[in-house]
Amino acid sequence: MKLYCLSGHPTLPCNVLKFKSTTIMLDCGLDTTAALYFLPLPLVHSPRLSKLPGWVSKDGAVNLEKELKECSGRVFVDSQPEFCLPEKELLDLSTIDVILISNYHCMMALPYITEHTGFTGTVYATEPTLQIGRLLMEELVTFMERVPKAQAATCWKNKEIQRLLPGPLKDAVDVWSWRKCYSVQEVNSALSKVQLVGYSQKVELFGAVQVTPLSSGYSLGSSNWIIQSHYEKVSYVSGSSLLTTHPQPMEQSSLKNSDVLILTGLTQIPTANPDGMLGEFCSNLAMTIRAGGNVLVPCYSSGVIYDLLECLYQFMDSANLGSTPFYFISPVANSSLEFSQIFAEWLCQNKQSKVYLPEPPFPHAELIQTNKLKHYPSIHGDFSSEFRQPCVVFTGHPSLRFGDVVHFMELWGKSSLNTIIFTEPDFSYLDALAPYQPLAMKCVYCPIDTRLNFHQVSKLLKDIQPLHVVCPEPYTQPPPAQPHRSDLMLELQPPPMAYRRCSVLGLPFRRRYERIHLLPELARSLVPSEIKAGVSVATVSAVLQSKDNKHVLQPVPKPAPVPPSKKRKRVTEEPPEVLNPKPLLSGAVPLEPFLAMLHKVQHTLSLRPNQSAQSACR
Amino acid sequence: MPDIKVTPLGAGQDVGRSCILVSIGGKNIMLDCGMHMGYNDDRRFPDFSYVTQNGRLTEFLDCVIISHFHLDHCGALPYMSEMVGYDGPIYMTHPTKAICPILLEDFRKITVDKKGETNFFTSQMIKDCMKKVVPLNLHQTVQVDEELEIKAYYAGHVLGAAMFQIKVGSESVVYTGDYNMTPDRHLGAAWIDKCRPDILISESTYATTIRDSKRCRERDFLKKVHETVERGGKVLIPVFALGRAQELCILLETFWERMNLKAPIYFSTGLTEKANHYYKLFITWTNQKIRKTFVQRNMFEFKHIKAFDRSYADNPGPMVVFATPGMLHAGQSLQIFKKWAGNEKNMLIMPGYCVQGTVGHKILNGQKKLEMEGRATLDVKLQVEYMSFSAHADAKGIMQLIRMAEPRNMLLVHGEAKKMEFLKDKIEQEFSISCYMPANGETTTVVTNPSVPVDISLNLLKREMALGGPLPDAKRPRTMHGTLIMKDNSLRLVSPEQALKELGLSEHQLRFTCRVQLHDPHSDTDTLGRIYTHLKSVLKSYSIQHVPDGTVIVESIVIKVTSSAEEPNLKVILLSWSYQVNKHVMN
Repeated sequence: MKLYCLSGHPTLPCNVLKFKSTTIMLDCGLDTTAALYFLPLPLVHSPRLSKLPGWVSKDGAVNLEKELKECSGRVFVDSQPEFCLPEKELLDLSTIDVILISNYHCMMALPYITEHTGFTGTVYATEPTLQIGRLLMEELVTFMERVPKAQAATCWKNKEIQRLLPGPLKDAVDVWSWRKCYSVQEVNSALSKVQLVGYSQKVELFGAVQVTPLSSGYSLGSSNWIIQSHYEKVSYVSGSSLLTTHPQPMEQSSLKNSDVLILTGLTQIPTANPDGMLGEFCSNLAMTIRAGGNVLVPCYSSGVIYDLLECLYQFMDSANLGSTPFYFISPVANSSLEFSQIFAEWLCQNKQSKVYLPEPPFPHAELIQTNKLKHYPSIHGDFSSEFRQPCVVFTGHPSLRFGDVVHFMELWGKSSLNTIIFTEPDFSYLDALAPYQPLAMKCVYCPIDTRLNFHQVSKLLKDIQPLHVVCPEPYTQPPPAQPHRSDLMLELQPPPMAYRRCSVLGLPFRRRYERIHLLPELARSLVPSEIKAGVSVATVSAVLQSKDNKHVLQPVPKPAPVPPSKKRKRVTEEPPEVLNPKPLLSGAVPLEPFLAMLHKVQHTLSLRPNQSAQSACR
Repeated sequence: MPDIKVTPLGAGQDVGRSCILVSIGGKNIMLDCGMHMGYNDDRRFPDFSYVTQNGRLTEFLDCVIISHFHLDHCGALPYMSEMVGYDGPIYMTHPTKAICPILLEDFRKITVDKKGETNFFTSQMIKDCMKKVVPLNLHQTVQVDEELEIKAYYAGHVLGAAMFQIKVGSESVVYTGDYNMTPDRHLGAAWIDKCRPDILISESTYATTIRDSKRCRERDFLKKVHETVERGGKVLIPVFALGRAQELCILLETFWERMNLKAPIYFSTGLTEKANHYYKLFITWTNQKIRKTFVQRNMFEFKHIKAFDRSYADNPGPMVVFATPGMLHAGQSLQIFKKWAGNEKNMLIMPGYCVQGTVGHKILNGQKKLEMEGRATLDVKLQVEYMSFSAHADAKGIMQLIRMAEPRNMLLVHGEAKKMEFLKDKIEQEFSISCYMPANGETTTVVTNPSVPVDISLNLLKREMALGGPLPDAKRPRTMHGTLIMKDNSLRLVSPEQALKELGLSEHQLRFTCRVQLHDPHSDTDTLGRIYTHLKSVLKSYSIQHVPDGTVIVESIVIKVTSSAEEPNLKVILLSWSYQVNKHVMN
């Protein structure tokens, strides 16, 4: 059994597990942080961004003024933003049988894998994961296609040239695997390969392996996966949460007795408490609004935004800010808000019981009804005429490189009254803000990451006791910025097996048994004898039938009676010979009865060999 | 011999009060717990004394499963759990859990408040009963206990309707509840995988019917409604608040919009809005088309259909009214019917099945005079139309499901005996499987033949598979030898050598030897040489070795030749063979 690690990103994993005769890809995360090296894509013509100076090396030897632009003291690539794909060269992706998706954030690279690689397998995901994943992909595509860029920059990727580049560009890794965004057709084609599954559904793969998604508590429909045969069990834990937010709580007990547990998707901000961050979010928001400023919240279109809206629903009235409008701007804003209300089965108990009344599970339905929350597909159209200030705007993309957020950065960045509040933990906020510097607007960093922290995970592992743990390398050492915090790493006995991008790990377990079925007729014919107290044995002679990785033992067929025919024929075609089983001879021999028995049979015993010996010598 | 027992307490050769007991692998499961619309006495509920005469329900039952929210499938639930007494788990899907208590409360109100019956379950009992409910999702495998697992499949009958697979070890039963094999305007079609259950328990409401195309029925329905409204008549459509009602509403709504009709459409009871709300929140349970478009246009927001008030019934002019309940046995639909029955301009459309004993059933059978409680008879002059819109599988659909699931045995419930008989013959003929149709209280026993799961050592299996080649040869089956070790409930099949090693036993070598004397003038070596040559020519297909130390070995048989110095011509041939020897060689 082997694990191929195609992504080194701990929260956007992509691993391939070879188990028995199956090849299973676990998640398919797309690292969008590569977009931070690119210039923002403005929705409305921006004089500032269009007049940036091109970059030429100091000695003038390298001139890339068409591809690279200097902006706010940094060099950015002037091209459609690109993303870092999972490694495609480590193994033949066309051999992958199935892809298991754990949550909608971890499937964004799916079209790159399922299209143009010869992939012919099936993708398994829950319904919310598929629907919301589709929304996020469509949003990404719209963001890109709305502002087409004529040129694609590639010269800077040349190793010799990249070496000479300044700042973070020089240190960017795997730049040749970066790709620009996929198309709607590719998204549709990729998602047509998805087979829906429900929590605790047992899915058989080729009769050899059974996979089961379990609730992971992180987002709508998010799951951990159990991959097991009758004797071996691998748990794949990815993006799990023990906090009570909107999704169904994490299912833990089914993870017990794992031989190997693959652990990914822990919190990216282990030092921040989500509850504290939520409080800070509210108080900063209130402060800005009271002072007459606007609040910009760059966020994904699904997930924490539901919790933020719910929190604000309660908070705004108590803070006496009830009349402040919220705007949610995204090509998929409406769909995301609507979809969130129809997944009752995937919600926490609290929200489920609301649906039984019947009431919408999320209070944002009421916010929309009372016109406190409005949603628009983009800043163009109705929004420009309807919007009032001061207001709160939720919009994407959290990288600040594309999407409607770029416009608000240009619009509100110059005023110190306004505030931008970062809630998504995926991007370094300093890097995200880099092309907008100098900035007058206030910046608040309240990352809300509900995924497991190190304290929670070590308690979890203590409970479920896996024999071996596999995790990304960064989890085995303290964060680089806080080298003394040994509490911010995994310390286990035996130590976890760490992987990085392109690692191939041999997983330490030996298969010793396989399930086989004895047909009832065979089972009935067995004669067990008790050898020791509580232990019986029986000799079995049977015919093995293996089909679709299922094994069955049948009774040995009785040789068909030889049809009466001419002598000659009988000699050539003898019935297949069936050996009787060799009995197990063991234990003490009762001597007296044995001798008596010998006397009895003595005569018959000597007869036959005699004959054969004679015939042999004739 | 292991077997599965099925006993209907209700719905055995009958429609109504569905309640079926299944005993499988030592577990007892109750499938549905419904009431009978045709009775107002004790026969209304299933006869639980079948179980309770031997003890409490909780001790006997491992779980109760409810297939959908119709009262003939869940109407007796609070009676069973709170009055007879059952504290174990009750499983149903989320929409069923949401809607079931509302219909139960409705049922209670009609029975207790309107008819004044006592000794009936209370609102509190409905609440307490619902606390025992464990909701489940489609395709989720729920482990009721270590051995018993259940799994729900989409049934397409009403919102949240499910079929259930019940499995213990390798034995399994599938119970369909009510299902529909053709997708309609708001629900999808029932689906199940090839799970090969030992018994498939199927409803058979429309056992003998093969319905014409849905489109024809719809056109017919719209035409009749339209004609009646045109001539100023009133149309009464008795329905249940949830299910068919929504489908017909969608149908009329689109028709009204297209034809630009003005006659009002009403929907009785305050349930409507609530009911439509459930459809909006559980939209994932509707069909693909509605699910795909719900963000742009929610099909359950009706423009033309308004809430009904009792006083509207006397309004002049045409109107269409959907009223509950669906079999005209009580409530608002019956009241409106009484008001409108005398006018031949009016029309009654029965869109679903009516249970024996209900007013609906009588009218459909052509009865023109009805005896009303305590009062004079009622003349039925309005036109009566029956249009089957209930989402049950017809004969074709039932056969289709059998083909999908490939059961080993078939058992019919929820249908009329005569029709069942017909379908039973048809199933037995077409699929060559046994088909049963027990009456209420009658037990059907089906013997199962489960295979025995065993752990085989991978070494043994791999060795065997390598030797056997990729494909089994029917002419020369290979026999595999192993030893089955039975210890603490585990069964392991290992190679004999490993078994001995594991059990710490030393193997005895049992050999038989004998001496044969014969006269031969040659030297010992020559005699042996001649034996060797002869054996070689006789036993062509066996390995025969002539070992230089003076022995010939045929498989496990050892042959030596000795002679004494006194009588060199008298050869003593030593033969030695092990316990397990090929008979053919010996001969």
